[in-house]
Amino acid sequence: MISSPENDAIHTTPAITVHGLVNRFGAQWIHDDLDLEVMRGEILGVIGGSGTGKSVLLRTIVGLNRPLQGDIRILGERLSALRGSARKAVLARVGVLFQSGALFSGLTVVENIALVLKSHTSLRPERIDLLARQKIDMVGLPQDAAEKLPTKLSGGMRKRAGLARALALDPEIVFLDEPTAGLDPIGASDFDSLILELQQSLKLTVFMVTHDLDSLVAITDRIAVLVDNKIRIGSLEELLNDPHPWIQEYFHGPRARATRHAIAG
Amino acid sequence: MELSEGGLLVVGGGWRLVHIPRLNRELERQPQNAGAIRQVDGSRLTALDSAGAQLLLQVAPAPDAIFGLADRFRGVLQRVIDAKDAIDRTPKPRPANSLLTRLEHIGRQTSDGGLKIYEMLGFVGLCVVTTGKILIRPWTLDLRATAHHLENTGLKALPIIGLLSFMIGVVVAFMGALQLRKFSAEIFTVDLIGVSVLRELGVMFAAIMVAGRSGSAFTAQIGTMQTNEEIDAMRAIGLDPIGVLVVPRVVALVIALPLLTIYANLVGLAGGAVISLAVLEISLTTFLEQLSGAVGLPTLMIGLSKAPIFAMAIAIIGCFEGFKVRGSAASVGRHTTTSVVESIFAVILIDAAFAMALSWMDI
Repeated sequence: MISSPENDAIHTTPAITVHGLVNRFGAQWIHDDLDLEVMRGEILGVIGGSGTGKSVLLRTIVGLNRPLQGDIRILGERLSALRGSARKAVLARVGVLFQSGALFSGLTVVENIALVLKSHTSLRPERIDLLARQKIDMVGLPQDAAEKLPTKLSGGMRKRAGLARALALDPEIVFLDEPTAGLDPIGASDFDSLILELQQSLKLTVFMVTHDLDSLVAITDRIAVLVDNKIRIGSLEELLNDPHPWIQEYFHGPRARATRHAIAG
Repeated sequence: MELSEGGLLVVGGGWRLVHIPRLNRELERQPQNAGAIRQVDGSRLTALDSAGAQLLLQVAPAPDAIFGLADRFRGVLQRVIDAKDAIDRTPKPRPANSLLTRLEHIGRQTSDGGLKIYEMLGFVGLCVVTTGKILIRPWTLDLRATAHHLENTGLKALPIIGLLSFMIGVVVAFMGALQLRKFSAEIFTVDLIGVSVLRELGVMFAAIMVAGRSGSAFTAQIGTMQTNEEIDAMRAIGLDPIGVLVVPRVVALVIALPLLTIYANLVGLAGGAVISLAVLEISLTTFLEQLSGAVGLPTLMIGLSKAPIFAMAIAIIGCFEGFKVRGSAASVGRHTTTSVVESIFAVILIDAAFAMALSWMDI
């Protein structure tokens, strides 16, 4: 058994490249000539004020929003140019966790996860069921949540179930839209360590929109800040010294100081 | 993959979800005479995801029989071991006794049906009380919302109700012409059109159309607000959802449906007149003369008097089903269907009650 070509390519191509992205809704400019490159195996945190287009950027990259202009590639492929099975093959290597989980309300948690596995693999039903239940445990949900409908779950549990669905195919990239928002601090740090662990063992690339300073400090390799319709990207140390007023306010505001004190102390 | 004499399985390459079918085939091809797998050497693995780790665990006799695994795969393997333990610990749900479940289902349906009538009566009472409160102080009625619903349920329904009523007039005229020609009594086609459209069909079809158009919309609107916690938000702010959502809709529909009925009557008669002229060569003057002899004010009023009652039934059922939505989008769909079925049923039931009462009163 020789190593498959996908493993060798890991460090040669970036996971996500965005070049010259322009998004505009009516008279409101969201992104203007925005560039972004995310490396394989990297955990990128994306921050920015309300309405600066964090979620729009995420939706554009995964192909849910057609941009006005710009070249976007996931794992070297231009999703917008692909149709049918080629598109499906790329999407199978990507998982998305939406802000409120976006679980299919007519299906139980385990069915939600199994649906993804069924539509992308030809595995036997017993294995699909087992894999789905495994994902439920991996995201820290109790097994008795498996047969429940999403409406019977709390917000935090719904988020975990959404992550389980995003991880169903063991994707190479996961997009997380505010994964720790609405979780209690213990749950949130659990979530962080889960992401970190998966990233290490699976060489996962993580694109994470977040406002959680603890997450940013704890697990991100680099941080992308959406300001002035563009992106400023760098490590935490680099951004701490960025003179842009919003970035200064973000990292040196009272909440940020408390977090850094807590971590330093 | 290679299985040697002592039960040592050496695995390598990628063990990921996409590789599982191939790995399964390779496992089946291993020599049977080598005996059971006792140890697994994972030192040559280049990729391992949770699906691959699961397969590895199934292949190995025990988790600690796997050795040589790279450190970066230890985390995912441990996660999968933990998950497997948790799944194994959870008892499988027992399949239910089918006869018992069916009996339980019948019982539940029955009690739910009874409960629903009880709840519906409660809701009607609540609506009456709230409407009464608003009627005492008419300035508390939300005029803007009422006008909005009046436009949506009334004005915007004109094209479709016009088309429908015209067709009804046409159908009745054709039917009358065909049957009455046998007796050379074609002129009574006009009587047939007049009585059936004004007394029954105009109002009934307008009501059915409104039930499908607006009753369903009421359920979907209120139901979506319910799933979005907007109704709870209203209660928390101190607004009465019945006063804010139900009363404007009921008032708007009670105004709109009689107006739509008058319009439907006129267009229905016009449809009949056109066919009378085209097929039976009854001129418009003759048509009108015959019509005024055949129907009087009572016929017109009987038809019109049903309209507000139909309107109330449709609006209240539509809103009631909206409030009963719980949780998900599927629930909105279910209750919207129920709302349309129930309100059309109610319209026909009320119409039948009217017909019986009127025949008993000899009108």
